[in-house]
Amino acid sequence: MTAVDLTRTREEEDFRRRLRDWLHRTLPTLPPKPSPADWPARRAYDCAWQRALYDAGYAGLHWPADAGGQGATPTQHLIFLEETELAGAPYVGANFVGLLHAGPTIAVEGTATQRARWLPPILRGEEVWCQGFSEPEAGSDLASLRTRAVRDGDAYVVTGSKTWTSHAEVADWCELLVRTDLSAPGHRGLSWLAMRMDAPGVTVRPLRTLAGSTEFAEVFLDEVRVPVAQRVGAENDGWRVTMVTLSFERGTAFAGEVVACRRTLALLARAAQENGQWEDAALRRRLGRLNAEFTALWRLAQWNASEAAHALRTGGRGVPGVGASVFKLRYSHARQDLYDAAAEALGPLSLDAGHEWTLERLSSLSYTIAAGTSQIQQNIIAERILGLPRGR
Amino acid sequence: MDFRLSEDQRALRAGMRDLLAARFPREKLRKSAEADPAKRAPLDRALWRELGEIGMFSLRLSEKEGGAGLGLPEAVLVFEEAGRALLPGPLAATHLAAGLVPGAADGATVVTALEGDGVVEQLDAADAVLLLEGPTVRALPVDDGTGALAAARPLRSVDPTTPLHYLPPADEAMQGAERAGQAKGLAVGRLCGEAALLTAAQQLGSAARTLEMAVAYVKVRTQFARPIGAFQAVQHVCARMLARTEIARSSVYAASLTMTLGDTCAAKLLADEAAVRNARDCLQLHGGLGFTWDADVHLHLKRAWVRQAQWQSAAKAEEALAAALLEDPGDCMTETANRANGAV
Repeated sequence: MTAVDLTRTREEEDFRRRLRDWLHRTLPTLPPKPSPADWPARRAYDCAWQRALYDAGYAGLHWPADAGGQGATPTQHLIFLEETELAGAPYVGANFVGLLHAGPTIAVEGTATQRARWLPPILRGEEVWCQGFSEPEAGSDLASLRTRAVRDGDAYVVTGSKTWTSHAEVADWCELLVRTDLSAPGHRGLSWLAMRMDAPGVTVRPLRTLAGSTEFAEVFLDEVRVPVAQRVGAENDGWRVTMVTLSFERGTAFAGEVVACRRTLALLARAAQENGQWEDAALRRRLGRLNAEFTALWRLAQWNASEAAHALRTGGRGVPGVGASVFKLRYSHARQDLYDAAAEALGPLSLDAGHEWTLERLSSLSYTIAAGTSQIQQNIIAERILGLPRGR
Repeated sequence: MDFRLSEDQRALRAGMRDLLAARFPREKLRKSAEADPAKRAPLDRALWRELGEIGMFSLRLSEKEGGAGLGLPEAVLVFEEAGRALLPGPLAATHLAAGLVPGAADGATVVTALEGDGVVEQLDAADAVLLLEGPTVRALPVDDGTGALAAARPLRSVDPTTPLHYLPPADEAMQGAERAGQAKGLAVGRLCGEAALLTAAQQLGSAARTLEMAVAYVKVRTQFARPIGAFQAVQHVCARMLARTEIARSSVYAASLTMTLGDTCAAKLLADEAAVRNARDCLQLHGGLGFTWDADVHLHLKRAWVRQAQWQSAAKAEEALAAALLEDPGDCMTETANRANGAV
């Protein structure tokens, strides 16, 4: 009678076993990981991994079958994230935007022609996408963006600038949010365009992060011509189209990272045991508390997956709700706490910026900012979930 | 895998909520929380029996034993409702005693427990005390005439609705051997894990309730010509309350299914944190009103403090979770139950 059930179905276990076998056979054949600074090599590596997934039938696992995906259940997707992480498989890397943002948006909102043009190359690891949403003056208040697209025959002429664009240097396409109606306020005059990154007028200027790497870039657009046929959704309906993407962004995308964090935590405990810090009860309790947090986050991800599965079964699109906001808020802080604790366990070695955990400590600082700051997440929870009055 | 509640489970939860609304309304709670200790209503034995009749204590016994043959996932839902209503009494101890102590299953007997740190809840109202130390579970009648519990001295309990006694370690004439550190038996360890989880479920219910109280209040309390819930400083406090509640919920519900050490310790820690921190935030959002005896929020905070100290303190849970990090390769959290909930 119990619907609450964490045991796996035979189908899910078969899926897990097949995936494990495949990972076991495939991972040793991969080339060595490229240097983090070598972007073209990173792109090649990430795309080769995506191609391997495609050939084995794991590309676009959670995409619907009619979009070229595998139509897997949210739970199977979670198993995939878990097993690939446990096996030490490569991350989605440069294909993140294509597989998790732009692709799902095109799958839901695109025409048959658009789907046929853009989705297969994403799944095969042939085309890389980046995201052109944020602007210097439009961050949390995304709807105030100013990049404008003026219709000229069968094309839009786009002028403006985008920022925080990851993988811009190696991307083929950009999912671009622009203003097509200058007289309409806020979110009402926006459209969603797919823009080629090699189009005349596109200039990419890499930005250096506080970790020292160039993970993202500014993108300047000077009268770039984008064919009207590359608009997804209706003109001036881009905000709604974008929200479809953003809700994918806040789903179970980080679930695999929770598994990785839990493993790092175990390594950290062993490191503390070796260097004597384990004798410190305060540190032990801190690590024990983090174990609780990551254990609970994993359970929350499983819960979110089962909610999404239910929504799919009952005709919804599996767009995540309450659990996704809570997950994002707690996970981003837990990750920062983890690497702060790592610094304590490492002692003076934590001041070596070459140490893997110190680099992770630095990059973890972006987690409470990217994909909706913690403050915006709390606004969303307060207004949309708790029903508090809109305020400032 | 499906994490969602079944229709039967929803009905069970709704039934418990309705029963408590009818039989333990706010006036009853306030009667047990009179400012003057002499005027406080004692534990309601008639209500205890009624709780027994609806299966609060026996629901996990088999139908042959007079129970409902249900499991921890259902027990957790019922205890969550009890925590939400701040239902007083040694609910977890009596639930564990069903099938072990005569009369516990049907609510005829009130069974409390003596744990490692020597605090006993509702000793004056109880008929028997569970001893959950050492290799086996034992139950001691409160009026057995041996005077074994005579050394227990009443505390002026911080929680007016939960009378407490303290049995200092030095005065343990009787159960000294067990408390001196003999290892807990498997069955004892399992029962302690279940008690920790059922306590966590009550904390979850309290956390959800103080969130509701806070949200309802900030929607109607007006300052600077607008509801204070329109201010982000207030909104963000409420948002964090929701996050604490929901992460505790997924942890408690998961632990009720797996009963692994990791899940159970996480559930107790996160539910304790949710209950205590949410009560604190709820109190703060009520302003001066929150500092008064007449508001209910202090009762949630004080009960949360008591439940936090019971069955598994934060220190014990954190040490257990830290030790677990050294044992497993990092994938333990994805496994379903493969070992009993050990002594922690």
